[in-house]
Amino acid sequence: MSVFLKQDEPDTSNRLDGMKQGVIGKAIPRVEGLAKVTGTAPYAAEYPIENCAEGVLVLSTITRGEVTAIHKDATLAMPGVLAVIDDPLLITRAAQGTANEAPAQGPKTVCYWGQPVAVVVAETFEQARDAARHLEIEYREDSGAPVDPQAVEPEEQEDDTVHQGDLARAMADAAHSVDLTYTTRGHASAAMEPHASIAEWDGDKLTVYASLQMPNYNITELADTLDMDEDNIRLIARFVGGGFGSKLGISEEVVAAAIAARELGRPVRVVMTRQDVFKCVMHRSETSQRLRLAADADGKLTGFGHYALAANLPGEAFIEPVLQSSHFLYAAENRELRLDAARIHRMTAGSVRAPGEAVGMPTLEAALDILAEKAGIDPVELRLKNIPDKDPETGKPFSSHKLEECLRQGAEAFGWDSGPRKPRQTRDGEWWIGTGMASAARVHNVAEARARVILKADGTAVVETDMTDIGTGTYTILAQLAGEMLGLDTAKVLVDLGDTRNPRGPGSGGSWGAASAGSAVYVACKAIREELADTLGIEEAELELVDGKASSGQTLADLLGGKDITREGHYKPGDIKDDFTASGFGAFFAQVRVNRFTGETRVDRMLGAFGFGRVLNHKTARSQCIGGITWSIGLALTEALEFDPRDGHLVNCDLAEYHVPVHRDVPDVDAILVEERDPAASPIQAKGIGELGMCGGAAAITNAIYNACGARLFDFPMTPDRVLAAMPD
Amino acid sequence: MKPFAYTKARTVRDASQIVAADDAMAIAGGTNLLDLMKLQVETPDQLADIGRIGFAGIEDTADGGLLIGALATNTETAVHPRVRADYPVLARAILSGATQQLRNKATNGGNLCQRTRCFYFTKPDQPCNKRDPGSGCGAIDGIAKLHGILGTSDQCIATYPGDMAVALSALDATVHIAGADGSERSVPVRDFHCLPGDTPWRENVLEAGEIITGIALPPPVGGTQIYRKVRERSSYAFALVSVAALIEMKDGVFTRADLAFGGLAHKPWHDPRIGEALIGQPATGETFDRAADILLEDARGYGENDFKIPLARRTLHAVLEHAAETAS
Repeated sequence: MSVFLKQDEPDTSNRLDGMKQGVIGKAIPRVEGLAKVTGTAPYAAEYPIENCAEGVLVLSTITRGEVTAIHKDATLAMPGVLAVIDDPLLITRAAQGTANEAPAQGPKTVCYWGQPVAVVVAETFEQARDAARHLEIEYREDSGAPVDPQAVEPEEQEDDTVHQGDLARAMADAAHSVDLTYTTRGHASAAMEPHASIAEWDGDKLTVYASLQMPNYNITELADTLDMDEDNIRLIARFVGGGFGSKLGISEEVVAAAIAARELGRPVRVVMTRQDVFKCVMHRSETSQRLRLAADADGKLTGFGHYALAANLPGEAFIEPVLQSSHFLYAAENRELRLDAARIHRMTAGSVRAPGEAVGMPTLEAALDILAEKAGIDPVELRLKNIPDKDPETGKPFSSHKLEECLRQGAEAFGWDSGPRKPRQTRDGEWWIGTGMASAARVHNVAEARARVILKADGTAVVETDMTDIGTGTYTILAQLAGEMLGLDTAKVLVDLGDTRNPRGPGSGGSWGAASAGSAVYVACKAIREELADTLGIEEAELELVDGKASSGQTLADLLGGKDITREGHYKPGDIKDDFTASGFGAFFAQVRVNRFTGETRVDRMLGAFGFGRVLNHKTARSQCIGGITWSIGLALTEALEFDPRDGHLVNCDLAEYHVPVHRDVPDVDAILVEERDPAASPIQAKGIGELGMCGGAAAITNAIYNACGARLFDFPMTPDRVLAAMPD
Repeated sequence: MKPFAYTKARTVRDASQIVAADDAMAIAGGTNLLDLMKLQVETPDQLADIGRIGFAGIEDTADGGLLIGALATNTETAVHPRVRADYPVLARAILSGATQQLRNKATNGGNLCQRTRCFYFTKPDQPCNKRDPGSGCGAIDGIAKLHGILGTSDQCIATYPGDMAVALSALDATVHIAGADGSERSVPVRDFHCLPGDTPWRENVLEAGEIITGIALPPPVGGTQIYRKVRERSSYAFALVSVAALIEMKDGVFTRADLAFGGLAHKPWHDPRIGEALIGQPATGETFDRAADILLEDARGYGENDFKIPLARRTLHAVLEHAAETAS
């Protein structure tokens, strides 16, 4: 039986707070943790499938043009080689998140260096890889493909354009103003588990074990790609070793495995090498941005201008939504926002953790630091002064807003000194030490979701949805939600995820998984409670369930009388989505040290305070915050994809060459979770937390670099060469 | 990965004879070679595993120095009590390289022979005179942030990536080499690596069939030993610039200044004139600048790596200042 809830109104009942089990919000260790650390949790490539052949992608070695010939015979004669496939249905780019349709197909047409043009299948992976390297391909190359976003005519993304008031006048009249240009570099998701799929056909039925974030969309994308009926496809993604956006849509190896398996009549596994993942899945576009901020003598913003240029391949709908939070974060009457796209021939740009704010917030928050200095106002105070009481562009109310609390609590916990700020006040040997802060904001997303909950006759429960756990804690929080609602210890709740045979969840992405899937589980559990209350002849609201017993003394097994109760929860955000501006908010504080000789920057400590609605699990939520802060450190100091200026190929494509922070770069990170209930965010009053922790944090480091050594930097990441160049003598 | 034959060599003689063949290579820890084989940058037909031929010990020598086996691991070497006590610059250099897992597997001989991390060298679909003679240099006019500023050629601007050899160069260590015919020879580590010139594929002086058996350290000297590595992140990153220094001071002037530099050239960079310029001089900014002037007199940047020129100067300054503070 399906139970539907469309949320049109804020829900202030906070029903979860009225439950008695006491597991929701608790810092429960992730339920699948033991399986993961003991290697028994199967990732996509690890399913033991008999007679499985191995496929390896062949990547283009031109930037733009056409494949004119593939000399298959010599390759087919190599040991173990079974097939060389260049089927026109092969996809040449990963699907964008929530695309819900086939991405670009037809490997004959080449649009970027490193684009998959064929897949070679052999008995072993090593044979396939060797054969792939030897496959001789002839191309007709179209020279002059632009690879530099600055060298092409930008296309305005009109949906993002805002003109309110007169920014030029506000700038001219301002007591204090800044007009600054920043750049950010491309970023890789760099998930630990490379993209991998095993495809297996049974007649016209296809099963794919894959590493995907959103099976509900991915199944449609795959069906569209292969021109199949969705009902004939089953996707399984029970464990995903990190996604960070790179696994939102189906990627090239999913389709390659499916087509190869069909052609060979046996299962085929395609695992991307680390280099392949870097070269042909998704990356975050580099951006250039201009910030214009005007303030009156008190530091009240009167003008707000944010321009951004991001790049992607021709035809890609996704353009890094740099301005997402700039639209509502600070009040200012005169506003000018504009996002442009540069169409260039480099690998696809797409979602990487916190698309938009990840690069839009650090530049804004770095510019604010300069404004604060000019105005002689403490940076925390400057932000407090400019918190709007409603969305400054649309006039909509905020669903909830915890920026002020985050700023205050964060400043106190960090020991922020609100006295006058001057660079080069503290030194430790060769190192200048300084502090900096920044606000955090990340739009709240929520999506339609279904989940089935079965309260079994023996008093245990099962939760089923095709929602994924990409390392975030979904298994655990859904067990906690069902446990809280049904009065069960989490050990009595089995959560079954990542299988499209289950009711469709929203998938993991845009930080929306917990609030969306969680709401579907909530809806199903509430319906089960109603059934139980009926049995007892009471109202659902009066039903108290703890440790498998009702307050009247009966056990769940007694109440169920040998029967299961099954309910499918179907949640859909309704008018609530249009009536409010919803966002997570927070504040970052950082202490860094900058070497006065070498410009090396190391983070001494960092703290974030975040308000994102109800905390479903204090431990997994905190882990997300700490992970986000860690990404902030990478974004600030080391992470940059390097593209060859001539052919646009990605130059640094492994974890030795693309520098994510290592343990020694992340010394002491703390996160304060500012508890709140957001009645308009979701029926469980929760918002997303997967991305907020990296939305602005890099600016706290940037600002701390300045406070430490007096170097103002405008290009991320702030590597030693750039710090040195900006450091005063 | 291309199929290859694999033989476990029992003796250095066995191993030498196998690797004397074209398309044969020795493998020890394999931390660099296996990666290159997966990328098909290296495509040997035959591998001789030298892991069991001995030469894995670390022993005192008659002159009071230390002989480090070529097959001793980096970790064993870095934690060895005599290395820690008498050659701390070597221990620190090793520990600043790679990761604990890699150092546990990597051997000293292999470390000396590691290949450049130039982005164009590791990509068979890009030009590289080192990998594919005559194909051109992709790094010149390409992405060259990690590349050399000293001793480069128009054929190649790659750097030697290691840390250990930089310390060995400052220590004036000697490489012991066995030949296929049973002969043995020794080469100062300062002469072991080559500049790219017109033969960028030739990275060191090893001839076909030769295998490194050990590295001899001279008797320890007094003073301060420093290994300073400048890098973007705190671990698992190659040096932008590194400096190995053995410094002694007396009465306010330098009496010893053995210096070697990493991250600047196709080999650990040692210029005896730098030490000579420092000896007898006080630890002042002018002294440091004179030393840096000598180091950098022929330095040439390639755009992206121009910063290495001031960075090398500043790092040398930092090292000498720190050494002087420690010494006094």
